[in-house]
Amino acid sequence: MPFFAYVGVFLLLPAGIVIVNALKNSTGGWQLSAVTELGNPLVRSYFIGSLKLCVISCVTGAVLGAILAYAVAAGNPDGVVRRLYLAVSGVLAQSGGVTLAFAFQALLGPAGLLLHASWYYEFPWGIALIYAYFQIPLMVLVFMPAIDGLKVQWREASENLGASAWQYWRHVGGPLLAPAFLGSTLLLFANALSAFATIAAWESQISYIVPQQISTSLSSEVGLSNINYADVLALGMMIMVIVIMTGYALLQRRASRWLR
Amino acid sequence: MNAMGMGTLTGGIRVRLPHRIGLAGLTALALLAAGCSSGSSGSSGGTNWSTVTTASAGGGMAKLIAAAKKEGTLNVIALPPTWANYGNIIKAFTAKYGIKVNSANPDGTSQQEVNAIKQENGTAAAPDVVDVGQAVALVNTGLFAPYEVSTWTSIPATQKQSTGLWYEDYGGYMAVGYSSKFGTITSLNQLLGSKFKNAVALNGNPTSANAALNGVMMANLAEGGTAGSIAKGVAFFHKLKAAGNFSPVSATGASIKAGTTPVVFNWDYLNLPSYVGVPNWKVFVPSNAVLGGYYAQAINKNAPHPAAARLWEEFLYSQAAGGGQNLWLQGGARPVEEAAMTSGKTIDAAAAAKLPPVSGTPVFLTQAQNTAAANYLAANWAKAVS
Repeated sequence: MPFFAYVGVFLLLPAGIVIVNALKNSTGGWQLSAVTELGNPLVRSYFIGSLKLCVISCVTGAVLGAILAYAVAAGNPDGVVRRLYLAVSGVLAQSGGVTLAFAFQALLGPAGLLLHASWYYEFPWGIALIYAYFQIPLMVLVFMPAIDGLKVQWREASENLGASAWQYWRHVGGPLLAPAFLGSTLLLFANALSAFATIAAWESQISYIVPQQISTSLSSEVGLSNINYADVLALGMMIMVIVIMTGYALLQRRASRWLR
Repeated sequence: MNAMGMGTLTGGIRVRLPHRIGLAGLTALALLAAGCSSGSSGSSGGTNWSTVTTASAGGGMAKLIAAAKKEGTLNVIALPPTWANYGNIIKAFTAKYGIKVNSANPDGTSQQEVNAIKQENGTAAAPDVVDVGQAVALVNTGLFAPYEVSTWTSIPATQKQSTGLWYEDYGGYMAVGYSSKFGTITSLNQLLGSKFKNAVALNGNPTSANAALNGVMMANLAEGGTAGSIAKGVAFFHKLKAAGNFSPVSATGASIKAGTTPVVFNWDYLNLPSYVGVPNWKVFVPSNAVLGGYYAQAINKNAPHPAAARLWEEFLYSQAAGGGQNLWLQGGARPVEEAAMTSGKTIDAAAAAKLPPVSGTPVFLTQAQNTAAANYLAANWAKAVS
């Protein structure tokens, strides 16, 4: 019951407020036309931008993070390497925001210490690189327990029965890890979707993604501030997440069908 | 989700029930405490200062000072200390009257100031006074209380609202500041040259920040456009981006010092060499594109400290040597009473001489032009420069 109250205040109430405000106009009356704004090509371009960035970021994070997690898990379970990697991942997974963006700018920006990467300010490559900095450690953190769940005996058993490494992964390891892998990828996607501080510090003269446009709608001082428009964009983000989660649920069912 | 999936996502962490209850209780307490902040006291003594429209109507300056001192605090918002010398202005006000100034959200935008008035209405932390861009002042007059400072007649008629709901305070002209390593720039078209790769930046997103919108408008005027349509300005930045010269990094003090944005479109008082802190920083205002922009002061109708708010305005508009107008001038901003003070010889001549030279007739955007520009930018800016 207390947990429900907690979830209610922090999750259901804000979601409810967003939905209600998206259906209202600036004088408090009801209107549906703001929601049809979601079909506007300009608004669509923001969602496509967000989607592009999230997909690139979650795929690179998931793949590289999974490989790194496997490499670390393959070592000594009580060893220094594993403990070090997990500790460092715990810290880096939460990094982000202004400090991270500035660190990369100092390294790769126009006055970069390492080199001036001309693609650094191109969307989405530069920002995807920055996101990878915290997506990969996050993947390592959430995926590691799944890899630990792969019993050594299963590998041994499959080798005893004559399976090659590829066959092991195709028929045993892969299906076992698939649900966890998908779940972690979804987590990375949601993480990238809502990240705002990092991209706001990376550049702030053009709005590429939906959170940036929401920020403009809430705090524009040239008269473009429109709180209902911001709520419509937030509603759009909620719809996007619901669609992704439905796809994930269907994929999960398929991936774990052999368990049922 | 199967057991492995769930455990994987949370990493196997489970919070025990008593801890969960404690956590929920703590958060509920925090929310309650935030929501129930104490109400504000509006009147001091016999006069209700929140409805007073001039100092004399309230019984004179001495009564105003006494009432403000009794209130003891002033809430201001979005006043960065290095912006137009606000740091020193706040210090001088506190030193003169002993009133504590709470400066909230120094990097906020004008819209955030107005949002704060609406959202914090009735609490003791609501802003008493705001310093907002013209566009925001014009649409939010319903939130302001009319007040005419003692030097009301020194403010030009076109730069104040007739009943005193808002009044312009300081301003400047849109300029281009640049590092002297580029030589001397005399025209905007030079910025399209190859030595300016990744060098030219605005101060924020033009659909959001007033200074950035005016930067694009200044380019618009320099390219032969009119104040009614900002299309040529956007086209100029598109050309800049195509040449590889447009830097998407917003120009801030840090980025200028780091050398990331060596050419900046910003108000002349924010492009002062002393403010920017970079040696050999030069400033130029194009002779055919003198775009002026003034900010405006207003008092919150439901200010928690109405007497202190009115005293602050009196201080800001005072023409004394240590008063607000001269302090703004020392910050490189042009005070709105500049004309009156120059003829009355109360202006700080040394500071006035340091302002960048301007030739040509200044253009000030009307509200309609501002709205048209903002709408055009909303539809076309992202496409043009991404």
